[in-house]
Amino acid sequence: MRVRLNLPINALLKGGKMGVPKTRKEMPLTPISYPTLGSMGKTGSWRTFRPIIDYSKCTKCTLCWVYCPDAAITRRADDSLEIDYDYCKGCGICANECPVKAITMQREEE
Amino acid sequence: MAQIIIDTANHIAGYAAKTARVKVVAAYPITPQTTIVEKIAEFVESGEMEAEYIRVESEHSAMAACIGAAAAGVRTFTATSAHGLALMHEALHWASGARLPIVMAVVNRAMGAPWSIWPDLSDSLSQRDTGWIQFYCADNQEVFDTIIQAYRLCEDERVFLPAMVCLEGFILSHTYMPVKIHDQEEVDAFLPPYKSGWILDVNNPFSHANLVSPEWYMEFRYMIQEAMENAKRLIPEIDKEYGRHFGLQYGGLIDKYRCEDAELIICTMGTMGCEAKIAVDNLRREGLKVGAARIRVYRPFPVEEVRKLAEQASIIATIDRHISFGMEGFLASEIKASLYHMKDKPLLAGFIAGLGGRDVTFKTIEGIAKKSLKWMRAGRVEEETVWVDLRG
Repeated sequence: MRVRLNLPINALLKGGKMGVPKTRKEMPLTPISYPTLGSMGKTGSWRTFRPIIDYSKCTKCTLCWVYCPDAAITRRADDSLEIDYDYCKGCGICANECPVKAITMQREEE
Repeated sequence: MAQIIIDTANHIAGYAAKTARVKVVAAYPITPQTTIVEKIAEFVESGEMEAEYIRVESEHSAMAACIGAAAAGVRTFTATSAHGLALMHEALHWASGARLPIVMAVVNRAMGAPWSIWPDLSDSLSQRDTGWIQFYCADNQEVFDTIIQAYRLCEDERVFLPAMVCLEGFILSHTYMPVKIHDQEEVDAFLPPYKSGWILDVNNPFSHANLVSPEWYMEFRYMIQEAMENAKRLIPEIDKEYGRHFGLQYGGLIDKYRCEDAELIICTMGTMGCEAKIAVDNLRREGLKVGAARIRVYRPFPVEEVRKLAEQASIIATIDRHISFGMEGFLASEIKASLYHMKDKPLLAGFIAGLGGRDVTFKTIEGIAKKSLKWMRAGRVEEETVWVDLRG
């Protein structure tokens, strides 16, 4: 009887730490993923609407950073905010939550 | 020191969780299970049991909390019944798929509608395909011993699967019986601390049971099947070892009674197995060659042992406290499936009895046995499924 423990399986998706298993024996009992940047690719390509921050209006309240469901907003040491367009899917929650309307959503092709 | 106490099966299940040194209990009350988690709450509150007791808002959350706790590497317990178990259904698959050795007491109760609080096995049997090991108990002592055995089995690295320890509502759950609570040190020697196969760790974060593509999914399913086969081999071994430690054992997968030369074998699950033993003794006094086999472990199903039992029998009568609508009782189906590849199969008569808590006594079982023996002599089973004591 075989025992296979503690093997990561994001290996299975993108060739992670352990490499891609060749046989069943090399597989873990249950799939495990270690955090990696964009294991599903750059999901920002799914975006239809692009959030744009108007820094002249932004009060650095950081609500957009709190609400972003994809952690695609970076909060710098001085609380200023930056959208990571590689992973922002354009859901618009940040624009909706912004109390001073500093974020606008613009169609990608415009 | 081991001590003998007189208590209900539900309280005994609480004692078993305490003696197994369970570290996290997440539960939601439901009749007839409630007094299990009440007993545990008492133990935790009084400091007799060192565990985290998580009160949740539903059974689905209870199972989710158990999954989280087990993934964090601790021994985990919960208990439920009927609709509570049905509400857990989705999470049950997650527990087995993540290979977490959670043990859960299921106090069997009939499913509504019509509303019922009395026992039958349709709640746990309808969770058959969730990847959980299923034990069925016949008395309060077996409830205690099976919970301890279940942890030992589930935490074995060759298994790493969750288990349900099933006991029928009221017949056991609220019935007082003398039970030996084994010495803590002895239980500790039999059941060492849980060593998890993998553990959630904030210093080395990962997520588990993630999306896998069609290219990989089947292998994970196969590994669960493989673990079930391993469990089938390990259960009799663990039961024997338990017997050496505590002087009590239950026949491993099947509790067999006077089956050696039996022409008729009465096949049951749960407490009906005790009534079947009385029926066998009475029928033997009449000179009839009858034996009883109580299927103690339903998943993994003891296919090979059932075949061995069937070798010398002329007829098997199954009594199901359950109906798979549009087919028959599960026990009848599983036994038929187990025997298919045998050359000289015995006849098989399926009986449905005791649904929604209707009493099934040794007298009922004697009637079932006599009907089966008549069919045996005639060489033919006249009715494929008989509903016992059904109004005309």
